Amino acid sequence: MKAPTRWDAVCTVDDLVPESGIAVWTEDGPVAVFYLPHRLPALFAISHHDPISGANVLARGITGDLKGEPVVASPLYKQHFSLRTGRCLEDESVQVKRYPVLLDGGRVRLEVPCEQRQTSAA
Amino acid sequence: MSKKTLIVIGNGMVGHHFLEQFVASPAAEDFRVVVFGEEKQLAYDRVHLSEYFSGSSHADLAMGTADWYTENRIELRLNEAVTRIDREGRKVTTDRGDYAYDELVLATGSYPFVPPIEGREHPHCFVYRTLEDLDAIRASARDGKSGVVIGGGLLGLEAANALKSLGLQAHVVEFAPRLMPVQLDAEGGSLLRHKIEELGVQVHTDKATTAIVEGQDARLRMNFSDDSHLDTDLIVFSAGIRPQDTLARACGLEIGERGGIVIDDHCTTSDRHIHAIGECALWDQRIFGLVAPGYTMARTLSSVLNNDEEAVFTGADMSTKLKLLGVDVGAIGDAHGQAPGARSIRFNDEQAGHYRRMVISEDGKRLLGAILVGDNSHYDTLLQYALNEITLPGNPETLILPESQGGAPALGPDALPETASICSCHNVTKGDICGAIDAGCSDLASVKVETKASTGCGGCSALLKNVVDSELEKRGVEVSKDICEHFPYSRQDLFHLVKVNGIRTFRTLISQYGKGHGCDICKPTVASILATCWNEHILTTDHVPLQDTNDTFMANMQKNGTYSIVPRVPGGEITPDKLIVLGEVAREYDLYTKITGGQRVDLFGATLSQLPEIWEKLIAAGFETGHAYGKSLRTVKSCVGNTWCRYGVQDSVGMAIFLENRYKGLRAPHKIKMAVSGCTRECAEAQSKDIGVIATENGWNLYVCGNGGMRPRHADLFATDLSDDGLIRTIDRVLMLYVRTADRLQRTSVWMENLEGGLDYLKEVVLEDSLGMGAELEAHMADIVSTYQCEWKTAVEDPEKRKRFREFVNEPEKKDPVQQWTVERDQRRPVLESA
Ligand SMILES: Cc1cc2nc3c(=O)[nH]c(=O)nc-3n(C[C@H](O)[C@H](O)[C@H](O)COP(=O)(O)OP(=O)(O)OC[C@H]3O[C@@H](n4cnc5c(N)ncnc54)[C@H](O)[C@@H]3O)c2cc1C
Repeated sequence: MKAPTRWDAVCTVDDLVPESGIAVWTEDGPVAVFYLPHRLPALFAISHHDPISGANVLARGITGDLKGEPVVASPLYKQHFSLRTGRCLEDESVQVKRYPVLLDGGRVRLEVPCEQRQTSAA
Repeated sequence: MSKKTLIVIGNGMVGHHFLEQFVASPAAEDFRVVVFGEEKQLAYDRVHLSEYFSGSSHADLAMGTADWYTENRIELRLNEAVTRIDREGRKVTTDRGDYAYDELVLATGSYPFVPPIEGREHPHCFVYRTLEDLDAIRASARDGKSGVVIGGGLLGLEAANALKSLGLQAHVVEFAPRLMPVQLDAEGGSLLRHKIEELGVQVHTDKATTAIVEGQDARLRMNFSDDSHLDTDLIVFSAGIRPQDTLARACGLEIGERGGIVIDDHCTTSDRHIHAIGECALWDQRIFGLVAPGYTMARTLSSVLNNDEEAVFTGADMSTKLKLLGVDVGAIGDAHGQAPGARSIRFNDEQAGHYRRMVISEDGKRLLGAILVGDNSHYDTLLQYALNEITLPGNPETLILPESQGGAPALGPDALPETASICSCHNVTKGDICGAIDAGCSDLASVKVETKASTGCGGCSALLKNVVDSELEKRGVEVSKDICEHFPYSRQDLFHLVKVNGIRTFRTLISQYGKGHGCDICKPTVASILATCWNEHILTTDHVPLQDTNDTFMANMQKNGTYSIVPRVPGGEITPDKLIVLGEVAREYDLYTKITGGQRVDLFGATLSQLPEIWEKLIAAGFETGHAYGKSLRTVKSCVGNTWCRYGVQDSVGMAIFLENRYKGLRAPHKIKMAVSGCTRECAEAQSKDIGVIATENGWNLYVCGNGGMRPRHADLFATDLSDDGLIRTIDRVLMLYVRTADRLQRTSVWMENLEGGLDYLKEVVLEDSLGMGAELEAHMADIVSTYQCEWKTAVEDPEKRKRFREFVNEPEKKDPVQQWTVERDQRRPVLESA
């Protein structure tokens, strides 16, 4: 059975930076939300935590694509993480969490795990 | 078995090269090595001796270091001349004792010939061979007005140039009817004379000096055989060199009729335990007065001492290519057409001042020799024809005609045989280069490392590149310069596209000239190009996502995701009030504080959201961004200069501040560091910077393309005694050229090394404006200077831009939990729990 989740509103469209990322705090920890207006879908969310450096910095990396795969490059040691799967392209064994994300009117919502079943009030 | 002893007499260029070869060979295990040098200093580059007058020190010219000798267990005895060789007892004597040898190497070089003219012992008469000679000349020139060089050969002209650079009216007195009689013919000699006189050096040919006496208008008077005379304050003899064979003569070794220690093909003298190399050695009745043949002898001898019976010296080519007082001169092979039946073809353009002569064999098939004056661009091709005996085309004159008159293009690398010598300093043939490529070298840089080609005098760099490119191409290796998968262009190509097409955004560029969405390689590269071309604020919406995090947040990210802040402190000069502000801000935000190597203060540990507040305070106190995060000018380091220092000759701090303010904010392929020293003591370490300035009595010496850090490189002396304006104009041009043409992340040092033609080419473009783009480069720089803005000032004033500095956009008060701290030596430092 799928673990319980809920769709949290984390920010608004105005908070997003085109072709780049921002960081939000969720119950599941820090998450990086990327807005790539020239792609479909245009929104991606992966963990903000860079497993290689141990610092919360992925939202501050440069986005782009490698062989068609949308990626962000860690600003510290420059590994690339797939924005679709969270996988590290340089090291198969390293993976960061990815989060479903959608636009709900002006709001950006993330699907995060939750303990109790309840809907967000945000 | 106890070790044998190898003694080397003479620590000059060839002796040193021999040691380098020998200690790397297996035989080094069997020998203890002792070296005697008569001079006080460690072997230095005599070929570039004259640079001693333009700012280079012994350390710059030194061939090795004392540490190198220690590491290789070579016993170096400088300032200790050998006075006797006892062949019977196999020992040598100095004024400090006797030393036994098993094998002895004579590398004693040569000494300047001083013709027996009455009065030649006068204290203001000199020769031009050692650093000590130059010290003496410099001292004598200090209170003189004019100087004469006796001898109009290659060295004489170089000495004349040196006198000129010391501020003297220089004269050259030559016994023969023309300059450089050994290398040049009458036409070549007269063209050279004309050019040199234009530069203000007076030339007197057909003059035999009979006596040197007390002068009337100057310290000395030279009397000539035609009853004329010339007054001068000092005289430099440069009337040829003689092999230093005194020791060899005294111990009965075979000596040539006109001097020189006779050696066989194994560089061994008439005593099989004594060897001779370099300018003291006579091989096949010939003395070789150039360094490359000496090096070849050194390599041969090292192999001989390793019992390699095939190692033989087979003579060497004496062709030369040089710039004398800025005039190109080249002489190849049989330049005078002395071979029976030899014929000449001459091209003489008096208007342009170019003279070229080819000497061809009787059957018209081979090039035997050539003379070039005024333009050496044909030298490489002609030399290859001569050395490799390549059959001449049916209309050989096309080789020396200008291309506009039907001249042939340069000889393609394919036409060269495998045995063609490409680099004569390190004896690298085309075959060696092909071998290196077959063994895995896939670019120019790795071929250079592998074969050492073009790492000596560098004269072959253009030829080497052609050979490497053509060989790579033959093997199907694409010589790819693409910066990444999104753009099939080099940084230089992209720069051109952006500039010429007026492109202002990454989107436009990638949609027109690239594919995909870009990456962390091409985006910052393009951002830097756009900044150089249009100088818009780096936080405009279009540019934000292109930047590395450090550029985006205008601070340097540290390992735990916090940032360090480095405000600009131009020239390292700071008022106590501003220093207090730095201290107060650091205390308020608990920032770890450290002084940087670039004479400023680095404040560590600011969170993303603290950055704008901190900068608001710094800006209010008058600080500006220091661009420590950017690929741009960092600092201009300086010493305190003549305002305080008793040795200083110029205001180095003032100049450093001026330069820092001028170039701050300039976006470049990599960071740029500069320094200004107030005197030759060089306390600001300018010679390890991209741009280094050292004050002189008359202005500024400019050094370029140095580097500290991971790959240290001494900067090259670029121009001397510049005025303030001249200095700035020259730096403008060098920097702009670098910014426009360097590859991504290429420091100036590597950029210059990879420039075809290297330093000389850079000098031509910048100092002589050979491409006619000097004014454009200066105008472009002026434009960038005039549109400078402090990025932090613009950012803190704009609420939209400040939005970017929220750590977590939905939780402004949230502290990043991975940022943990501890205290060490009274300051805060990060503890990082690894994931
Ligand atoms: C101004 C100048 C410009 C030049 N330009 C060029 C150029 O452009 N291209 C080129 O190819 N060549 C050039 N040369 C020539 C080049 O420098 C020489 O070919 C080279 O230095 C020869 O090396 P060597 O080791 O044989 O002699 P040296 O470098 O002269 O070394 C010999 C050393 O032996 C020492 N010595 C002598 N006797 C004794 C003793 N009894 N005991 C101990 N030590 C002793 C001497 O003091 C000296 O240090 C130039 C030379 C000069 C002076």
